[in-house]
Amino acid sequence: MPGVAADRLATVFVEVADTLIDEFDVVDFLHMVTRRTVELADVTAAGLLLADHHGELQFVAASDERTELLELFQLQGHEGPCLDCHRTGSPVTYTDLTSATTAWPAFTRQALAAGFRSVHAVPLRLRQETIGALNLFGTTAGSLAPENGSIVQALADVATIALLQERAIGQREALAQQLQGALNSRVVIEQAKGVIAQTYGVSIDDAFVLLRDHARRSRRLLSDVAHLVVADPTSLSGLSVE
Amino acid sequence: MSRDRVARVWSLVDAEPSRVDADGRGEPWLQRLCSALARVLPACGAGVTVQTLDGALGVAAASDPASAALEDTQFALGVGPCVDAFAWRRPVLTPTLAAVDERRWPGYATPALERGGAAVFAFPLQVGAARLGVLDIYRARRGSLSTYELALALDFGAVAVRRLLDARVDPAGRQQGGVLTGALDNRMEVYQAQGILLAQLSVGLEEAMVRLRAHAYATDRRVSDVAKDVVTGRLRLPR
Repeated sequence: MPGVAADRLATVFVEVADTLIDEFDVVDFLHMVTRRTVELADVTAAGLLLADHHGELQFVAASDERTELLELFQLQGHEGPCLDCHRTGSPVTYTDLTSATTAWPAFTRQALAAGFRSVHAVPLRLRQETIGALNLFGTTAGSLAPENGSIVQALADVATIALLQERAIGQREALAQQLQGALNSRVVIEQAKGVIAQTYGVSIDDAFVLLRDHARRSRRLLSDVAHLVVADPTSLSGLSVE
Repeated sequence: MSRDRVARVWSLVDAEPSRVDADGRGEPWLQRLCSALARVLPACGAGVTVQTLDGALGVAAASDPASAALEDTQFALGVGPCVDAFAWRRPVLTPTLAAVDERRWPGYATPALERGGAAVFAFPLQVGAARLGVLDIYRARRGSLSTYELALALDFGAVAVRRLLDARVDPAGRQQGGVLTGALDNRMEVYQAQGILLAQLSVGLEEAMVRLRAHAYATDRRVSDVAKDVVTGRLRLPR
């Protein structure tokens, strides 16, 4: 994977800073982090998992919401690089997934079947704790270039900072509030996918594409459009699947 | 949420004696939930507000008269952590009410502090877009909930959500600890199925959830398995 141009990186950090100042929606922000991770690290897909109040990893946002990819993120609550990363607090990498079968039998099988050959997970760190993981997938074997590894860790750190937005209260409260809000927003997105799939006769995956495209076109937050759709299934009328 | 944690909360609630407060208010099971929570969290009281059919929030239960009075304060004024938690769809945790800017909740802090609300923690009772109410925890001394206490509060909230939904399906509350009140898997298919049923049956989200759970109950299957069938189109529920 090639190195990253400094100007691309600078653009991302300006974007991040803008988002933090303006009206802030944590799920929208975390989606942005995963998309930028894909661009900057030149990987195929990225996803973010956060540890809930029981220390279990929950999927929150991904650069791509294909069902088979979401399954791979969900599975990592039980097995996989994110779980190991969360436990150890250190990055976890397999440059060639075919050698990961012993470590993660189910995860490796599913990841290979989905066309991935390499995987990388970096921790979201808060002092001594690891509060989640940023997970990258590549379709070719090979490691991240060293400078990309630092960039990815920096993006993970940015995600952590975003989760601690509120300054007037302690970090534990701030994190708990954001996390529970993010987990609930994730649920709304899934509910909206179901509403759209049924209303427009499309697959769940295509439903997400419609949702996302509508959000972009109308310059609204993903969560906001998801809420609108659930409240009124016809609110996306006029769209079609390309 | 694992079956173990659900079962634990249920057994704590079951251990509480049934009692209706002096005003004659209080849904019995929610009352016991508030009492159980107040018992396991040191120096805390609890209250639950539920959204009524016309969209307003009303106090449904409280662990003790002081907590009931604290709940009433928020409703009299229409401001407070509970109101914000419901509106923002996320917990509002206030370990030190006295330190909060008066402009945030005008008129709330003084009566709340007088009534023993030095710390207030509000947890919305919700499943995605469906909002059922709020669980409030009060403490007479300032300070954060510990990680353990926070987890317990969230577990109680999750069980309260199930109870509020299940009460629509099984009002007598006969079924306990089984499919109906067992783990509601946080599998994506469950939420997707809720959305599908909303559109398929032309009902609201809460009704769709209830129908999904009712079908699982009636067929003695896991909610997540029924959900998978709904998502893949193998199962269509009758209108």
